[in-house]
Amino acid sequence: MHILYLIFVDPFMQMVHSPDLLMQTLWDGLVGGVLYALIALGFVLIFKASGVFNFAQGIMVVFAALTLVGLHEHGVPAFVALGLTVLVMLVLAFAVERLMLRPLVNQSEIILFMATFGLTYFLVGFGQLVFGGSPKVMITQDLYLPSGALEWKGNFGFVSFQKIDIAAVIIASIMVAVLAVFFQRTRIGRALRAVADSHQAALSVGISLEQIWVIVWFAAGVVALTTGIMWGARSEVSFSLQIIALKALPVLILGGFTSIPGAIVGGLIIGIGEKLGEFYWGPLLGGGIENWLAYVIALGFLVFRPQGLFGEKIIERI
Amino acid sequence: MFYREAGQYKSNYAADMAVFPILQDRIGIIVILVIAYVVFPLIGNNFLLNTILIPFLIFSLAAIGLNLLTGYTGLLSLGTGAFMGVGAYACLKLATIFPHVNILIWVLVSGFFSSAIGVLFGLPSLRIKGFYLAVATLAAQFFLEWCFIRIPWLYNYSVSGAIEVPLRTVMGVPMTGPTATSLTRYLAVLTIVVVLTWVASNIVHGRIGRMWMSVRDMDLAAELIGIRLFRAKLLAFAVSSFYCGVAGAMMVFLWYGGAEAEVFAIDQSFLILFMVIIGGLGTLMGSFFGSALIYILPIGLRLIPGNFGIPIRPAAAEQLTFVIVGALIIVFLVVEPNGLARLWQIGKQKLRVWPFPY
Amino acid sequence: MRAPAANETALGESLLAVEDVSLSFGGVRALTGVSFDIRKGEIRAIIGPNGAGKTSMLNVVNGFYQPQAGRISFKGMVRKSMRPYAAAQGGIARTFQNLALFRGMTTLDNILAGRTLKMHRGFFWQLLRYGPALREEVEHRRRVEEIIDFLEIAAIRKVQVGRLPYGLQKRVELGRALAMEPDLLLLDEPMAGMNLEEKEDMSRFIIDVNQQYGTTIALIEHDMGVVMDLSDRVVVLDYGRKIADGTPDEVKRDKDVIRAYLGETH
Repeated sequence: MHILYLIFVDPFMQMVHSPDLLMQTLWDGLVGGVLYALIALGFVLIFKASGVFNFAQGIMVVFAALTLVGLHEHGVPAFVALGLTVLVMLVLAFAVERLMLRPLVNQSEIILFMATFGLTYFLVGFGQLVFGGSPKVMITQDLYLPSGALEWKGNFGFVSFQKIDIAAVIIASIMVAVLAVFFQRTRIGRALRAVADSHQAALSVGISLEQIWVIVWFAAGVVALTTGIMWGARSEVSFSLQIIALKALPVLILGGFTSIPGAIVGGLIIGIGEKLGEFYWGPLLGGGIENWLAYVIALGFLVFRPQGLFGEKIIERI
Repeated sequence: MFYREAGQYKSNYAADMAVFPILQDRIGIIVILVIAYVVFPLIGNNFLLNTILIPFLIFSLAAIGLNLLTGYTGLLSLGTGAFMGVGAYACLKLATIFPHVNILIWVLVSGFFSSAIGVLFGLPSLRIKGFYLAVATLAAQFFLEWCFIRIPWLYNYSVSGAIEVPLRTVMGVPMTGPTATSLTRYLAVLTIVVVLTWVASNIVHGRIGRMWMSVRDMDLAAELIGIRLFRAKLLAFAVSSFYCGVAGAMMVFLWYGGAEAEVFAIDQSFLILFMVIIGGLGTLMGSFFGSALIYILPIGLRLIPGNFGIPIRPAAAEQLTFVIVGALIIVFLVVEPNGLARLWQIGKQKLRVWPFPY
Repeated sequence: MRAPAANETALGESLLAVEDVSLSFGGVRALTGVSFDIRKGEIRAIIGPNGAGKTSMLNVVNGFYQPQAGRISFKGMVRKSMRPYAAAQGGIARTFQNLALFRGMTTLDNILAGRTLKMHRGFFWQLLRYGPALREEVEHRRRVEEIIDFLEIAAIRKVQVGRLPYGLQKRVELGRALAMEPDLLLLDEPMAGMNLEEKEDMSRFIIDVNQQYGTTIALIEHDMGVVMDLSDRVVVLDYGRKIADGTPDEVKRDKDVIRAYLGETH
């Protein structure tokens, strides 16, 4: 009986008792969710246009951040380093298209998925060789990103909003808006949607698949860089980020693999859900349930709605 | 001219359907077994046995397990590490609760616990396919990882949080713990792996193997020849997890001698998956090839440059391994998606017509 | 020929009956109120212009699609919906327009896969292989070799089917369906993509299957010559509705059929 009370009643009472803690948790969850959403966004971009499930998105985040910090460590001024990193991501996009996508163009999705595993490990090893394996500090100051916190005092306590988190949410929102407009309104965006629908049809109207793929992987690279900067600024730049990036997978399951709004909504649900879960129900289980809660939530969704919240119902034609 | 089938007629179907129909292959297997059971024990030093052969065999067994699930049945799993862990922890509890039973029996029985957990996390395969199922296996992986740390009963409440392997003997000879010689452990591991590989071979050459491959190749068509998809998939999870569990138990009890939960983390899952991909999905031989390449490569990278006088930091060797393995995966998927096993087959084809080119 | 058992259908009686079946996908109406039957021992052709719903009809019979309305009775038993493996267990086998072979396996293994329902040796024996499991494999291998001889594909039995030319793949698929020893065989465009010689071979196989094994056959086919020569009765679909039902001669002269096929001559 007491167990039932602890699970179904007590957490909610805690929420009501200390609304400031609730708000803090919600805010932290929101920020986490935004960052998951950004990673998921990178996945969605690539999947929409090339049908490839890019497992390496997470390591691209780390790699981009490392390149930025690494260049700066060698004396390159911050914004120049930023520009150079963007260039590096472009080169990476070209390399991936040339060496991985083109040779594997007709293979099944699973094969391409496994190729991105290879890419992940390649970048992990390569990143560690070039930049060293120890965690690094993001060059927040030099990029004119704010630090410190805003505190908001109400009559029931206070909530602290890290300024960098606020900046992250704003920047992420701008990025999503830009991408959405890009997809819907521009010529290239239309071409991307065409390619996502059918490679052959797109080819037949003269769209160059290779160009599109480079564009899309580059866009994903830029998103990865942004994510890396934001995330690195909040904690640090280390390879463990790559495992955390796996959390984007549950986000994609909720939001569907091809939906940009889905990635956002999914990210927020997962981010807030796991923070609430960890804070209010975690202590019952000894803590640390953040590690798997997202996946179990996703699993639950999958069982009841295999196509996710926003995905299309798959009708198999024989 | 040595590898010819000429003159080897099969006069009945049973002979035609044998696992190794060609005489030279049969001789090859016998030679390998002789080397394994006689030559290595005679010439082997601690290093060869403990650092090369025992882990090679253990990882091969885990790779066979994953291959049955992913290579033969087409169900991508990222939970291999966790299933190995279940075997290891199950073995520890069994060995603790029943200390007088032969430890090797517990090693095998712990596979059944892994099997049960595997079936449990395979239940979603009723509704979910492809990548989505892979994410479900990730849920298993992370949840079980958490269990290994947060449930102290599992590691006998040891202060360090790690599995401490108790001393056990088999027929008077120390089998686990610091006094067990690498030779004893090697022979135990070798025998278990040989027997379980034989069993796996029997399974995949019969109707169950065909059933799994049908599910992999086109599950809709598999249904219409009467295969119950759900049962076939659950069976695959069960058998695959059994193999991974036994491998995990052997890893802790007959190799490391102790382990922390990190050993069964997601990196282990990826490691075994790479072995299976590079070695050859859907082949038993490929599991051995993949294990050999991926496990021995970093060792080679550490030793060989050193022998040539080029110093290389151990950390760099590991990072270089990642780079090479990552690149190899892409190369293999491009050039020969069927992995080393297929290259081996092609090699044998060329051998059949040697010294002619075709 | 032996007398049919109590629950078996006699020659000439209705083996499969489709009553008032309607099927839609989202907003698309694939079938509307279709009714016809297939008699035991006959070869029934289902024809119609492209998009008429012929494949959807077979998919409903097979259990792939569940109709929104209507009933299907097979061997006297009525069922509203059915999973494909239940159809298989009931004695329905089928081939596909776009081939549904197991591309990673050899011809022999593909056809052996068709014997799955008839193989009973349990898991434990499979672990050992030598002994009862192997004996069962050999026995079924024998049956499969008969089918391989019948379809004249002995030369390619060890070849991976993914590497075979299209015409041979179709034959392997037929072989797999035959291996199930079905009561009702559904063939979806078995002649598609074949040249004249291949069509003659396939026609011969179909007739042989029907006469030697007594298998009831329903086939979708576009080649009018084949339809006229092979079938005992014909059903014509157009836009998801049945527009004619009878012997080939009757159907050939039907005004609605001619209109539906306007311009097509074979």
